[in-house]
Amino acid sequence: MAASTRTLIRPSVLRTRKGKLVYWSVLTVALALFTLAFLVPLYWAVTGAMKTPAELAQNPPTCVPAEWHPENYARAWREMDLTRYFLNTVLLAGGAWLIQLAVQVPAAYALSKLRPRFGNVVLGLMLVTLMMPATALLVPVYLTVVDVPLFHRNLIDSPSAVWLPAAANAFNIYILKNFFDRVPDELLDAARIDGAGPLGTLWRIVLPLSRPILAVVSILSVVAAWKDFLWPLLVLPDPAKQPLSVFLQRVAQDTPLNSLVAGLVLASLPLIALFLVFQRQIVAGLGAGSLKG
Amino acid sequence: MTTAPLLKKPPSRSPATAAQGRRAARLRRSVREHLTAYGFLCAAVVIFALFSWWPIVRNVLLAFQDVNFATGSTWTGLTNFEKLFADPLLATAWRNTAVFTAYALVLGFFVPFLTAVLLNEFRHARAYFRVLVYLPVMLPPVVVALMWKWFYDPGPGLLNEVLRTLHLPTSAWLDSSSTSLVSLVIVSTWANMGTATLIYLAALQTIPGELYEAAELDGANLWQRLRHVTVPQTRFVLLVLLLLQIVATMQVFTEPYVMTGGGPDDSTVTVMFLVYRYAFVYNDFGTASALSLLLLLVLAAFSALYLRVTRTKEG
Repeated sequence: MAASTRTLIRPSVLRTRKGKLVYWSVLTVALALFTLAFLVPLYWAVTGAMKTPAELAQNPPTCVPAEWHPENYARAWREMDLTRYFLNTVLLAGGAWLIQLAVQVPAAYALSKLRPRFGNVVLGLMLVTLMMPATALLVPVYLTVVDVPLFHRNLIDSPSAVWLPAAANAFNIYILKNFFDRVPDELLDAARIDGAGPLGTLWRIVLPLSRPILAVVSILSVVAAWKDFLWPLLVLPDPAKQPLSVFLQRVAQDTPLNSLVAGLVLASLPLIALFLVFQRQIVAGLGAGSLKG
Repeated sequence: MTTAPLLKKPPSRSPATAAQGRRAARLRRSVREHLTAYGFLCAAVVIFALFSWWPIVRNVLLAFQDVNFATGSTWTGLTNFEKLFADPLLATAWRNTAVFTAYALVLGFFVPFLTAVLLNEFRHARAYFRVLVYLPVMLPPVVVALMWKWFYDPGPGLLNEVLRTLHLPTSAWLDSSSTSLVSLVIVSTWANMGTATLIYLAALQTIPGELYEAAELDGANLWQRLRHVTVPQTRFVLLVLLLLQIVATMQVFTEPYVMTGGGPDDSTVTVMFLVYRYAFVYNDFGTASALSLLLLLVLAAFSALYLRVTRTKEG
């Protein structure tokens, strides 16, 4: 942002010879430390996957692979049947995303613009759930999935066991509602006079104006689903249906280290790509996302 | 003559009927509007009822039940709690969780804040720092845990190699019960500090520069400016993230589950780890719920405090 704004250090100090010297040396040290702390581990993993098992077990380790084996990635992909687990993960994350939008957007629209009686009570009851961290409700939600009340369905090993609980996200409804609140009512009235029903208004007026918040909610939900471990571990006991995170943990003991590390790198690539493309939205969602915990 | 009353009558009745009609029409429209609104809401209400509201209630009920899928659950009063308090691991799990949270506060609270203060002074390479610090946040926790398990390897592991290069004493990391917990905290701090750092950075950028200038005119040195301008100006964000950090770290599960399995010598058994073990290893859902309930009460207290703090700020 505005690089000229005054901070802790006086700008004039930075223009002196001594100030410049201190600034550049601190910056250099910080660059080295941060690169070491955050980039070297990733470098270590990416290159480690290309080492031979013997080289990986070697003590002390090598910083640069003595022999490069980039084909390890292809072999690990094949041997670990990663296509299946990538597809499983995409299915879980994609479905969770779609169901979340399908449930949360209409709910937020109703609470913001249609304002039914007791709407505030419903919103309040939703917000109260923010005080109940998901992991602490592990057991009762698990029992709900085993035997869904009223419907008497067992969702174990079904992707809906991951999709449906993800949709009960009060935080998303809250930030969507707050955004919809800022869409002027006059626009909606104009649409109504033109003959649009509530659904048409939502689809043609509110949603197009809400692209930024929809992007934030979408990214948050896809990333959360991709990263999730404990919940899919519990509700998807069938190895053929598990996502990457559960699969990698399950096979970690019995896989050659270089293949396992290749799998870890490959499982992270989609999220890293997502981050590099949608940096701005992700950082924007951060301020909002931090309120969730 | 006869027309007069006829003419007279409608005006006397029509305001009433018209008003009634209007009221009826308004009622019909309002009923229809409410039905439409609830139509839009119903999916969310059903999902919340099934996967959030009922589980919250049910967790309390389950804590006093013996859960049995085949024969149905029975009420057992405080038996679950008695069993729980007789388990020597309970105290261990709470102590480990408390220590983990305390370490995580020292590392995960101060390190990101100091990092943000430092980065805010830099005029160069800001985007690089920001991407770097946030990159691990995007990695799946299982990937982070498995990767670090390998880095921690006392033999060919990366960390001891770095220490050897710097001529520092090496460590057994996860293999010793005295360092296992702090090793886990280092991992979760590494993985999560990006979020807090970027939030602090955003907060720091909203501090008016005149405040620093004024403090300087009053003779405040660097430390005093940090202490009396930076900290008070970001107090709200600091408090919010402190509470969030407590709530998040008290639920730690993935790191101990993947990296240490609770060991060595139960030194990394956390409360959530114990809940998991009761429910999904011993199939004792009642006792697991009793422990969840205890955890929930502690966490809800911090969450309530957090919501109160953020609401006051908004209002």
